[in-house]
Order: sequence, then structure tokens, then C-alpha cells
Amino acid sequence: MLSANVVLFTALAYVALLFLVAFVSDRRARHGWLGLVRSPVVYTLSISVYCTSWTFYGAVGSAARNGLEFATIYLGPTLVFVGWWFLLRKLVRIGRVHRASSIADLISSRYGKSTSLAVLVTIIAVIGTTPYIALQLKAVTTSFQVVASTTHTDLLGIAESDLDLRTGFWVAAGMAVFTILFGTRNIDANEHHHGVVAAIALEALVKLFALIAVGLYVVFAIGGGIGEVFALPTSDRVLGSEVFGARWVALTFLSATAIICLPRQFQITVVENADEEHLRTAGWLFPLYLFLTCLFTLPIAIIGLATMPPGANPDMFVLTLPMLNGQGALSLLVFIGGFSSATSMVIVASIALSIMVSNHIVMPIALRLPWLAPGVSGDVKSLLLTSRRISIVLILSLGFVYFLFSARSDALASIGLIAFAGVAQFLPCILGGLYWHSASKAGAFAGLLAGFVVWAYTLLLPSFEGGGALPASLFSEGPWGLGLLRPQALFGAEGMDPLVHALFWSLSLNAGLFVLISLVKEQNPLERLQSTLFVDVFRNPADRESRFLHRSAAIDDLFVLAQRVLGAERAYRLFRESARRQGLEEGLPRPSAEFIAQLEREFAGSIGAASARVMISQVVTGETISLDEMMRLVDETQQVIEYSQQLEQKSQQLQMTARQLREANDRLKQLDAQKDDFLSQVSHEVRTPMASIRSFSEILLEARDLEGEQAARFLSIIHDETLRLTRLLDEILDLSHLERGEVAWSLDLVDPERVLDRAVETCRGMAASAGARLTIGTRAGGARVMAHEDRLNQVFINLISNAIKHNSSRRPVITLSSGLVDGRYEVVVQDNGGGVPAAARERIFTKFSRAWTQSRPREGGAGLGLAISRAIARKMQGELELLPDGPAGVGARFRLSLPLAAAAEQPERRAGE
Amino acid sequence: MTAILIAEDEPNLVESLSFILRREGWAVSAVFDGEAVLEELRGDLPDVLVLDVMLPKRNGFDILKTIKTDPRLTAIPVLMLTAKGQERDRKTAEQLGADAFVTKPFSNREVVDSIKRLAGR
Repeated sequence: MLSANVVLFTALAYVALLFLVAFVSDRRARHGWLGLVRSPVVYTLSISVYCTSWTFYGAVGSAARNGLEFATIYLGPTLVFVGWWFLLRKLVRIGRVHRASSIADLISSRYGKSTSLAVLVTIIAVIGTTPYIALQLKAVTTSFQVVASTTHTDLLGIAESDLDLRTGFWVAAGMAVFTILFGTRNIDANEHHHGVVAAIALEALVKLFALIAVGLYVVFAIGGGIGEVFALPTSDRVLGSEVFGARWVALTFLSATAIICLPRQFQITVVENADEEHLRTAGWLFPLYLFLTCLFTLPIAIIGLATMPPGANPDMFVLTLPMLNGQGALSLLVFIGGFSSATSMVIVASIALSIMVSNHIVMPIALRLPWLAPGVSGDVKSLLLTSRRISIVLILSLGFVYFLFSARSDALASIGLIAFAGVAQFLPCILGGLYWHSASKAGAFAGLLAGFVVWAYTLLLPSFEGGGALPASLFSEGPWGLGLLRPQALFGAEGMDPLVHALFWSLSLNAGLFVLISLVKEQNPLERLQSTLFVDVFRNPADRESRFLHRSAAIDDLFVLAQRVLGAERAYRLFRESARRQGLEEGLPRPSAEFIAQLEREFAGSIGAASARVMISQVVTGETISLDEMMRLVDETQQVIEYSQQLEQKSQQLQMTARQLREANDRLKQLDAQKDDFLSQVSHEVRTPMASIRSFSEILLEARDLEGEQAARFLSIIHDETLRLTRLLDEILDLSHLERGEVAWSLDLVDPERVLDRAVETCRGMAASAGARLTIGTRAGGARVMAHEDRLNQVFINLISNAIKHNSSRRPVITLSSGLVDGRYEVVVQDNGGGVPAAARERIFTKFSRAWTQSRPREGGAGLGLAISRAIARKMQGELELLPDGPAGVGARFRLSLPLAAAAEQPERRAGE
Repeated sequence: MTAILIAEDEPNLVESLSFILRREGWAVSAVFDGEAVLEELRGDLPDVLVLDVMLPKRNGFDILKTIKTDPRLTAIPVLMLTAKGQERDRKTAEQLGADAFVTKPFSNREVVDSIKRLAGR
């Protein structure tokens, strides 16, 4: 048995030690010696603020009552740290980038820096945390009474009615003093509460050490070894209960949610985080800490149930077991461990809540009340500090009041679960805010409000049941006798575990409204910007904000404002550094959009994003206009990211189109060049006969004394040249028609041999005058082709006359032969000239290609003959070719081939003409 | 007596040119293709060469270039005849050193005056 004075003295000495650690750490941190204070181990230990007196004492109680259920409280956080580390990493990154000062600040900042949302979150957090603080007060009070008890009955656990409320009051007051001293030394949350964090880490070690010490003692000194403990009959009672049901899932989910959503966890994990890398260590070290914490929970529960007299409070087994066995020192250590668990939670929670209250409730009010803002340097800072101190007192008072009303009604664990379920309402809007672009302020607000109301009605309200303040009929029959609205059986959902029931209704309504309203309600521009900055935080650095918000302000106004918020010294330092970064030797920095954005972030670290924005807006101009611009840019940027592949595809298509256009253009250019070439050829062919005509007519005009014979000769030349010109123009027109395909020919069934004979007769005169001989070789008989007779005749004459005209032989011989080959009628015109030079073979069928010939043009051929003949042949589905060079002595050989007419075609075609 | 050499493949034009130049009292000879021009120039040099652009075998520009780069021949005044009448042809002729340029169909006076000018230098 320990005297109350010894216990009190030990507790005070312990608190003094914490003061010392906090004070030294703060000093070291201010002087830049951060080594130990900012290590990942200290960070991880401080996260164990999660393990409160509830886990310290209550876990054994929970195990004694409900078996393995206690494990869910450790399972949830372990799952998050091991499996959902990416969520924590994103939270920490966003918190650091946007200088989130609290969970309310983070949510408000994500949803367009909304003040109303921040207020709602703060209220929920305060109301949700109050039972939790009360829980700690209750634990400390009970444990103090137990450890300082003088009677044996007290040892079995203090009856609820015997709780010494004065002890609770003094515990609350003491914690308020400690928190105020170390939690409100400075206002920038990002400067970190080094002293507090160090003290919390020490407390984490103490509570773990105490638990392990008592565990070892109980298992080996009382129980006689692990094997013996689990052989006890009570072991079956503890392990045998069926726990893996809906409540198991709900509890695991709740504790996983709590490690993300609890304001104090956010404070430690995100706000106090000094280095993102620390999260890596915490990822395995924190689960390890949790494992060690619960290592001896089951054995202590089993031995407690086996050895303690009936009626003993299992929540106090950790303390009463060593006491009953006369271990005074160990009992004191356990008491200090439990005290550590309670104080660390209360201190961190009240710091986090006081920041929220001052930033999101006091500041917005102050900003709207002109007489509260006199504009003195550092006034905002002192306002914040004062309001934080008052908030801490108020929050602890609230906790104490709840303690007064509810302390006698419930076990430790269930009060903790009420708090967990309360803060779990933050989960939908946090997850949505981190991963869903369209999550909107209206959705978050509606969801939070609905979830909070349902939680308060179904879980918080019933916790007062039996306290006397509420009529019992409310719970048994519902308000105004409406059975459907009974707090613990909403809409007829009877028979559910109260916690599962509350969680189901509150979170379904919360998430449902959040999603539905987000889908329906448009985001405002600032929400859009913030949603991009949050969801794509790893792609978008925060300073991108300055690219969208083109704001300007007088630098003097900004400086005055900064002095008010940050205090003169810090404001001066900040402005000097920015000026230096802008390359200015002295004076104030330029008020660039980038600088204003940076200043707003600095402010946000002190007074929260929403208030920072309001303050900055007071001196800034040109914001509303650029918001639209920003919208456009954000949308564009997002689209560029999301549709980059489509863009790439489009650009490939464009490239292909461009290539096709280029090719088409090349073809057109080629055609254009051909046209120019053709015109130039035509010009040449026309000008040559024109030159003769003009020259001779001038001679005839000037010289009247010409001899009659000579004058007649000149006139006949003029006449010939005129005919030549006419022929040329006819040929050009003819070719043009053929090429354009405008003339629709009616083809007749023709005997090609008869046409060939006619052509030969026509050319005899020409051959004779040229001294050439026309010979007829083998002939085909009975051939019929579909052809235009005159045109076919034209082709034959052209081929024969070419053979005569362009024959270099001194005794020109032209041989004609015809035959039927593979269903085609073929005519070959062969001469004994020099043949066509290899270089000209490809060219002779093109227009004006007379150049290959060695002789001078006499009979006016303009070089269009072969081009026309080939066009005619093709019109009749035939072909005109120059055959490869034959044996020596054989000159050029041209072959015309036409398809033989099918018998059935004969009469119809004739009728068609 | 002033000697004129005509290089032209159109027989009718050779006839008309010969007639009007002889009427001026000049001695006129004619060739019908590019190679024949150079052959002719191996002997006595004419006072003026009338050179058609579109000659068989070797075209007029080719011949002009040969003449103007040959020290023995370079002094011969050359009158170019062209039927294409394009500015491009005139430029080519000037660059290669043609002394005069006449487009078909020409006026007889134009040809005679040009030759007179060239021969009188």
C-alpha cells in the first residue's frame, strides 16, 4: 500500500521531469541542435500518442470482457501503416506543402479554403474529443485512487460512485498548465512543438516499459510461465468468446480510421513531421511498438480473472495485480505509465484542438470585427496565443464536465469508441479530397454535418443514459414516442450492436451525401485549383498556385500584414530572404504573385488556410478576374495530362495529313511544270510556221518588183505553213479531247484488216514521193474488233507515215503484218531505219517528243502523233507499244493490239450509234 | 563582202532569211544542224552568225557557249533566234554572250538592222 503523498510526489516529480525534457528540447531546437529531437525514432514514439490510458488499462479490461476484440484497436493502425502508407505519405506531403496547421485546416484548404467547413470540422473534433479527454481524466483519477487506496475493497477497483471528482479536477488543471506552457510558446505550427514532442516520446517509452515490466512480472512471478498461464481455466473464457463478427470488422475499420482522422494523430503525424523520410521508419517501427504494447494483454487478463476476487474491475488489473502481490514500486511504475498515456493524449489533443479553435473560430470572427483588429505589429500573433490558451482551458473544462456527467456510466473502452466513431466522420471527405478531383465543398459539408448529427444522436446521446439528464423513455420508445427514431434502433434497425449501428447509419449517410452532392454541385474556381493541387500533389508543386492567381498588392501593406500575423522579427526576416532571392541588395521584395502566394502559405501555417486567404485578400487586388483565367489554365493543364496520348495520336494524324498534302502538292507542282512545258512547246510549234508566214508576207509587201514565179513560190510557202498551223492546232485540240475523255465514242464492230488496207492505200503516194517501199507481210483473216473506224485509220496512217518520214535508210522499206494472239488482234509496223535511240524509247509517246528524230520535220508533224495514237488505242481498250529492238537491219517496230470483239456484242453496239 | 552564216533547221525560214539578207548585198550560207555549224566554222569565219536555239543534234545555246569560249571564234557576232519567246531564254543567251536576240516571228527589218549593227562594229 502506497500513501497518497508518495504517489502524488512521484507524479509531480515525473511531471517535473517532463517539463525539463520539454524545456531542454525546445532550447536545443531554438539553437538549431535538432539531432535527437528530430530523429525518426522520436517521431515514431510520438505517434504512439495513439495508445492512451484506454489501451494502457482498458485493453486488459476489454480482453477480460470480450476476449480477442481488444486486438482490433492495434490491428487497424498496423494495417494503415503497413498497407496504406501511400495514403499517409500523401497526407504528410500535402500537409507540408500547404502548411496545414490541423486536420480542419487541411479539409478546409482542400475544399476551397472554406471557413464554414473549417468551423464544422473544428466543432466535430472538439465534441468528438471531449469524451476521450474525459476518459483520460477518469483513468487517471481511478488509478490514483486505486494506487493510493487504504482499504482492500478499493483495491478491487473503485466503484463508479466513489470516484473522487476533485482528483479529476486537479488532473485536468495540471494538464492545462503543462499544455499552455509548452503548446503555446509560438504560433507557427510548422515551427513544431519540439519540447512537447520530446516529452511525448519519453512518455511513450515509459508506458511501454511499464507495460512490459508488469507483463513479465505477472506472467513469470504470478503465473509461473507462458505455458502455465494459457493452461488456466480462465484462458478458455478469454480466448473462447466468439468475436469475429460485424463488430470485429467495424472496430478494425474504426481504429484504422482513427489513426488517420484523430486530430491529435494528424497533429503528430503530419503537422509535427520534420522530414517525410521519417515516415519510412515509422512504417515498421510503429507497428512493432503496437505489438510490444499488446504482447502481455492476454496473459494479464487471464491471470487477473483467475487470481483476482470476483467483482474486481478488470480495467484496473494492470495496476491491482502487482499491488495485491505487494509490489509497491512496480505499482508506482504502472501508475506512472498510465499517467503518461493519459497526459500525452490530453496534451497533444488539446494543442491540436486549440489550434483549430483559434484558427478556425476565433480568427474568422476577429477578421470580421474591425475593433478587434487594431493593426499593431504582432497583434494577430498575440490574439492567437491568447485564444489558444483560453481554448485549452475551455477544452479541458469541457472534458471535465463530460467526465462529471458520464464517468459513472461506462467502461473505458466504450467511451474511446464513441470518440473514434465521431472523428471517423472525417474519413469520406479526406479520402475524397485526396483522390477525387470532383469532391466539392458542398458535398463535404453536407456529408460531415449529416454524419455528425447521426453520430451524436445514436452514440453520443446514449452515453449520457442513466446520468439523469435525459428521460429513459427517449431510448426505449424514441422521441415523442416515434419508434423509428429510437437512437439505438434507427429506422427499425433493431438488434444491432450499438456501435455498428451508429457507424453504419452515420457513415452511410455521410459518404452518400458527400458523393451525391459532389456530383451534382459545381466546384467554384478556388475549389478546382485546390483539388488539383491536392489530388495531384506529387505532380504539382504548391508554387504553381502563383501561376494561376495573378495577384498584386502594395508591398508596404503586405509588410504591415506580415508583422501583424508573424510578429515584427519573423516578418522582417521573411521579407529580407525573399528580397535576396529576388536579387535585391536591400529593401523590401517585389510583391510578385509568387511572393504573395508564399506569404499566404506562411500565414496559413500560423492562422490556417482560410483565414490566411481572407487576410491576404484584404490588401490584394486583381484576384477575381484571374480566377477565371486560372480555371481555364487548370482545365487545360489537366486535359493536357489526361489526353496527352490523344494529342500524340492527333499529331501523328496531322503529320500524315501534312505528308499527304506535301505529296499532293508535289504532284500538282509536277503537273504545273508539265503544263508550262506543254505551253512553251505549243508556243514554239506555233511560232515557227508563223515566222515563215510573216517573213515571206513582208517580202511580198515590200518588194513589188519580184518575179512572178518567185512571188508564186513564196505565196505557196505561206499557204503550206498556214495548213501546217491548222493541222497543229487540230492535233492539240484532238489530243486535249482524248486526254480529258470528254468525247463519248460509239464503238462499232469493225473489220480491222479493211481499215489497214485503206490506210496503206492512203500512204502509197507519200511513200512513193519519199522513195520508200510498202510491203505487206502475213495477215490475219476474219478478225472483228470494237473500234471507231476513222480513228483506227488515223492510228495506222500515223504509224506508217512515221515509218516513212523518220527512216534514215537510203532505201526505206516499211513492212506491215497482222495476226491474232491470245484473243487479241495485233498489227506490227516495222521499218529498216536506225531504230529509236535507247534514251528516247520512253519519251516518244509523250507530247512534242520529236527531238529523237534525226531528220528535220517536213510534213509538219508537231510531235503529237504518237501521243494521239496511243490515246486512241487506249480508248478502244487497246495498246500501242514500241517493241524491243529486233535483229540488225530491222529498225523501229510499233505494235497496235486490240481485243477481239465477243460475238454477242455485235448487233447491240451497232444499234447504239 | 559581208558574210553571213545562218544555222536554222526550218527550210522555209532559211529561204526567207537568205532572200532578205542577199537583197542587202551580203553573202549568205546556211547549215541545218548544230554539228554542221561547228564544222562550217573550221574554215573561214563569217562576219555574223544567225543561230537558232532549237537545232537538231546540238542546240543553239550549246553552240553559242562553244563559240564564246573558243578564243578563235569568240569575236564572231552572234544573233540568236528563238521560237519560245521566254524571258528565260533571253537571259540564258545574254549570259552565254549572245550579241543580239530576235524572237520568232520576227520582222525582216529587225533582223537586217541587227545584223547591220553587228557587222558594223
